[in-house]
Amino acid sequence: MINMYEVSETNKMIEQENLDVRTITLGISLFDCMDSNLEELNRKIYEKITTVAKDLVSTGEDIEKEFGIPIVNKRISITPIGLIGAAACKSPEDYVTIAKTLDRAAREVGVNFIGGYSALVSKGMTTSDENLIRSIPQALACTERICSSVNVGSTRTGINMDAVRLCGQIVKDTAEATKDNDSLGCAKLVVFCNAPDDNPFMAGAFLGVTEADAVINVGVSGPGVVKKALEKVRGKGFEELCETIKKTAFKVTRVGQLVAGEASKRLGIPFGIVDLSLAPTPAIGDSVAEILEEIGLEHVGAPGTTAALALLNDQVKKGGVMASSYVGGLSGAFIPVSEDQGMIDAVNLGALSLEKLEAMTCVCSVGLDMIAIPGDTKASTISGIIADEMAIGMINQKTTAVRLIPVIGKKVGDTAEFGGLLGYAPIMPVNEFGCDAFVNREGRIPAPIHSFKN
Amino acid sequence: MNRCVVTVLGKDTVGITAKVCTYLADHKINILDISQTIIQGYFNMMMIVDVTSLEKDFKLVCDELEQLGEKIGVNIRCQKEEIFEKMHRL
Repeated sequence: MINMYEVSETNKMIEQENLDVRTITLGISLFDCMDSNLEELNRKIYEKITTVAKDLVSTGEDIEKEFGIPIVNKRISITPIGLIGAAACKSPEDYVTIAKTLDRAAREVGVNFIGGYSALVSKGMTTSDENLIRSIPQALACTERICSSVNVGSTRTGINMDAVRLCGQIVKDTAEATKDNDSLGCAKLVVFCNAPDDNPFMAGAFLGVTEADAVINVGVSGPGVVKKALEKVRGKGFEELCETIKKTAFKVTRVGQLVAGEASKRLGIPFGIVDLSLAPTPAIGDSVAEILEEIGLEHVGAPGTTAALALLNDQVKKGGVMASSYVGGLSGAFIPVSEDQGMIDAVNLGALSLEKLEAMTCVCSVGLDMIAIPGDTKASTISGIIADEMAIGMINQKTTAVRLIPVIGKKVGDTAEFGGLLGYAPIMPVNEFGCDAFVNREGRIPAPIHSFKN
Repeated sequence: MNRCVVTVLGKDTVGITAKVCTYLADHKINILDISQTIIQGYFNMMMIVDVTSLEKDFKLVCDELEQLGEKIGVNIRCQKEEIFEKMHRL
């Protein structure tokens, strides 16, 4: 039987170390909503989401209460709208009507975000994909709960540079369209390489085309728990360090597995995966940067940061994989700047630069995430940064992503405020040398040699 | 059997165990195991209970125990046992 020590360890993690389940994300396929009539399409989408997800929030709250574990977010991911709207949407404005419908549906069922206002264009763009991408600035400006993503490359297909060029402009236009809120729209727009089909985390969540009709994916968190555990092995060797991370990741992930199983049973929807990411929040003691500091860095960005992060990421996976029957999504350590107090401090102290963050993305689970840059950064420069990050993902066969926020009207030294879980961010300097001639070349970067495995 | 864990934490006073146990008995909740210590004046109790015969909504019991705790100045939590089993047992 469970003993007192084990009970108090678990409850301490929850009460003092910010252990929580970050999100239960219900994936809903919208393929059966497709229609060539736009009004009919909107009606079917609204109906399907509000029917399938009607009990999501209340079920999440019940589980939270009964097990005493906070479940911070209940969210929805859907089939990429670029596919669903193909027959009905003839212009970007048509797509915006779907964005409004999704926002309304999200509000009705009480979820704070719905992800999947997305296009998959890693090799080429259809007209409808392009219309969707062009609608993103307006869609994000006139809605509250929509998250958008564009997959512009993969190890299998190479990088679609036409899409990269377009996305640089779209990021800029989204910033402009939401400039009254510190360009908040860009916090809900992710550009991916090798985007996973089952990611439960926003803003990049969507339900991939090979997924079932509905599926429950759960994202766990717990940087605070890992940090506290590591305090006990200060000064010890790498073996103990790594074992401690693994054991802690195992425990954290088990909670995710339990919640996923319960949610699946109660909603009558199959369980998909647990995403065992370390996802920070701006709350004190809920920071990935603090773990890296506990490992031995004065501040994140110091020499040794990439190695420490590589170690952390790998041990989290090793510990978490055995704790869940199915692991998926992004699974690793997230390094968003605005959502992690330790990262924000490191930037303010001059310890962490965009270039170092880029190096860190080679070994972490995602990419350049929640980074505020000057509002006058050129679209081509943003495209160049996206291309660099996509190349890292393509060559290393991993997911990479870019979520940059060019904050209109702000420059280096200023701070952008996004509020809530999205936090705040100091504006970081960007290399100002041009890359226009590179970005303006048409076509795509061919698939890398190691994609030819047949 | 449907097992839950009740934890009580707070400053030690007369009758904490009695009040919690009375509530549990009134609601047909059977106590299977109790461990209790006092560390530096702080009362720390854990009970494993069986809620199979419970006639009320379990969530309501969680709330009422929490309120009872507030009344007697301690922190009471009631959680399904699986969260601990999952985390600490293979």
